[in-house]
Amino acid sequence: MSQSQQPARVLQQLTFTLAGEEYGIDILSVREIRAWSRVTRIPQTPEWVLGVLNLRGAIVPVMDLRLRFGMTREGYGPDTVAVVVAVGERLFGIIADSVADVFDAREDQIKPVPDLGAVVDTRFLKGLVGDGERMILLLDVERLVRPEEAEALDALLAPVDVQAVA
Amino acid sequence: MSTVDLRQFHQTFFEESLEGLDAMEQALLALENGAGDSELVHTIFRAAHSIKGGAATFGFSDLAAFTHVLESLLDELRGGRRAADAETIELLLQSVDCMRGMLARSRDGGAVADAASESLRERFAAMLGKPVAGSAAGEAGPGLSADGWRIRFRPLPHLLRTGNDPLRIFRELAGHGALVVKQVQPLQQPRPAFAELDPTAAALGWELELHGDIPRSRVEGAFEWVDGDCELDIQLLRDRRAPRPSPDTAAPAAVREPAAHEAGSIRVSIAKVDALINMVGELVITQSMLGDIGEHFSVDRLARLREGLAQLDRTTRELQESVMRIRMLPIGAVFNRFPRMVRDLEHRLGKRVKLELRGESTEVDKTVLEKIGDPLVHLVRNAVDHGLETPAERVAAGKPEVGTLRMDARHEGGNVVVEVVDDGAGLRRGPIIAKAMQRGLVRADQRLDDQELAELIFQPGFSTNAEATDVSGRGVGMDVVRRNVNDLGGSVSVRSREGGGCTFTIVLPLTLAIIEGLVTAVGAERYIVPLIAVVESLQVPAQGVRHVAGGGELFHFRDGWLPLVRLHAVFGCSDAVTAIEQGIVIVVEAGARRVGVLVDSLVGQHQTVIKSLESHYRRVEGISGATIASDGSVALIVDIGGIVRLAGRRKAA
Amino acid sequence: MPKILAVDDSVSMRNMVSFTLRGAGHEVHEAPDGNAALAAARQERFDLVLADVNMPGMDGISLTRELRALPAFAGVPILILTTESDVDKKKEGKAAGATGWLVKPFDPDQLLATVARVAG
Repeated sequence: MSQSQQPARVLQQLTFTLAGEEYGIDILSVREIRAWSRVTRIPQTPEWVLGVLNLRGAIVPVMDLRLRFGMTREGYGPDTVAVVVAVGERLFGIIADSVADVFDAREDQIKPVPDLGAVVDTRFLKGLVGDGERMILLLDVERLVRPEEAEALDALLAPVDVQAVA
Repeated sequence: MSTVDLRQFHQTFFEESLEGLDAMEQALLALENGAGDSELVHTIFRAAHSIKGGAATFGFSDLAAFTHVLESLLDELRGGRRAADAETIELLLQSVDCMRGMLARSRDGGAVADAASESLRERFAAMLGKPVAGSAAGEAGPGLSADGWRIRFRPLPHLLRTGNDPLRIFRELAGHGALVVKQVQPLQQPRPAFAELDPTAAALGWELELHGDIPRSRVEGAFEWVDGDCELDIQLLRDRRAPRPSPDTAAPAAVREPAAHEAGSIRVSIAKVDALINMVGELVITQSMLGDIGEHFSVDRLARLREGLAQLDRTTRELQESVMRIRMLPIGAVFNRFPRMVRDLEHRLGKRVKLELRGESTEVDKTVLEKIGDPLVHLVRNAVDHGLETPAERVAAGKPEVGTLRMDARHEGGNVVVEVVDDGAGLRRGPIIAKAMQRGLVRADQRLDDQELAELIFQPGFSTNAEATDVSGRGVGMDVVRRNVNDLGGSVSVRSREGGGCTFTIVLPLTLAIIEGLVTAVGAERYIVPLIAVVESLQVPAQGVRHVAGGGELFHFRDGWLPLVRLHAVFGCSDAVTAIEQGIVIVVEAGARRVGVLVDSLVGQHQTVIKSLESHYRRVEGISGATIASDGSVALIVDIGGIVRLAGRRKAA
Repeated sequence: MPKILAVDDSVSMRNMVSFTLRGAGHEVHEAPDGNAALAAARQERFDLVLADVNMPGMDGISLTRELRALPAFAGVPILILTTESDVDKKKEGKAAGATGWLVKPFDPDQLLATVARVAG
């Protein structure tokens, strides 16, 4: 690990694979990585919310990105992991096919997302980085849970609004 | 034999005995620390004595035999015939543990004595120089009997003032055989004038004959209480001197049914009960006021109605708070175990620790009280094992030889704050960072402030101790402490000063939202129905169901028909029971409505800490919250009003 | 029916005593220690006092002495509850003015028989 001063900020990304693509999440928002375990299904919720799990006493929802991106889930294997991410005070889990490694993304090398067609829903991406061989899609986790775009938005926002008003 | 079933007193006996053992343990520790208070010895003796009395009374003979020997030893201690030396105190502390075990086994109805208790009992007996006897053998009465007895009985003047009465003694004697009064004499010669007679002083003496085959012990027994208050002479009327077989053959010990586990109970102070009664009084007043408004309602009384409803709302809330306050118990009950634990740790680790307890009277919820023990044990163990240094290290660091460990509980706002503070070495930055790097949690060029450093020790499986010790063990780390505290809706944090010690702070909610819940199965899922809403659960035969227009179903209940809500349909559960006769219908009350909820089966009943789904997710219709099941999984709590609404909407759709 | 004051610091023993006596039709008042018993005795008369010997604060022996000093309790039967190992306590109790004693452990039938002996 070099002690040199970086000219540009390095945003460390935890990378994971999903349907053959490599995604990155800002490592500062990652709380932990858990092996896949059964979750408790919640009725009356979109199918991409798999359910909730007990994270040291907190009831944390788990989201399946494949379903969130309109793909189909092919089952959960031994490599399947839940990446627990924090957005503000809230925690949620993201199901990934497997976790790869940590990638140092220099801020000045992040490119805007081109239209990737039907393969990936670009709404939840904030950019991509690549070093020739790899291409990593950087996830916008805030937007993933921030409900403006999503179907269950108003419901998701409701408690926040109530708190703001109260 | 007896009409009174003694088992009804067992639970109380167990509870007070455990309390007595706690008091005994604390007194022993105080004694060990050099407190020379004779009251301490009395406290210890009293605890053992009470347990012995109760154990014997309620038929726990092993425990009674154990406490019997223990009590004799304590009696010597009390009488100053034996010194409270370190060895004796150690043995007595062991006996406290031993009795806790015996009580637990008595409660479970199993064999009560075990190898440990027997060996301790033998040791005590050896110290007393007495042979070990299972129980004191009853005194074998002389096998003599007689045709009868001549009894000369002259009360001393004060006999009546002891509450004894010759008349009752005669009545008792008459119960054993034929009693004949031979002679009555005034005790004073000459007999005093009637006006001078003292009605509280005995004035007459008697000569009696008691006919029948009555053992002498029986006759003496009647006068047992007036021994020393009278002149008594008992003579055999005619002596046959024929030996008789002892009438006392030991009755075989009755086979005891295993005691059923009784639900835990709480002792509630009178003040809290009074507060509740007051509140209910107010509720009754409000109710009658509202009733009156309802009876003679007119629009101009609307303001009164509003006022009454507001009052009802306020009183109900206060009542709820008071009821929750019943569950509040002083945290001292948990703190009390630490003097003993710290003492044992000192011995095992060769450290010197002064334990300070503060705020023991701080009240916390009963569930918190039950669950906070383990995390605290962990923190205290860690503090003594890893935090505090050995006396030599401390002296070398310029600190007092004896380390200080402080446990402090207090209320702060709506929370209970419990702190475990030590003046040891603090978190050691070097080894923690090395370990974190090894685990890939930090990078070499990352600069952590004290807070970030402290956070690292709460990472799962994080332990910097090179060697696992038998005290703190390995694998179980601070993450478990944090999880347990989080389970209670609380948080734990640490502040550390390298070389200056650590402060662990646990913040817990004052009261927990707790409901009694009925756990139901629907397919492979579990749903909890609040017991307070449950009217009844029953099986409904297929022919007890009517389909109504619009897709609704009704089922026959008591004298009428109630709407049926299929939980599997409302919640979209797969693999659930759909044939009504194969499931269970729970009749619940939501508002003024009653409906039946179809589930597959009832799994059990649990006291449940409600957790919000909204802290990390959002409100979900039909679900009022979640709870953590004993296996760590999440179970959802059904919102009865919500599923009724949902079912209505499904029908309409 | 006689009115009985049952004094014992052990809740289980007190429960057992009062339950048994009430079952036999007696009116029973309970006190957890000597001080509370004395306070009760100053308020009303009892026909019989059952007092455990070993209690914190004021023990059964002291209680007996104090009760006997009250004019209203001069001749009221006072039974101390003691154990077979407390031979000295019987003598002490008697010296303090106790009427008699009941040896622990006792079962409900023995209790009723003893109570009948003084308050029958």
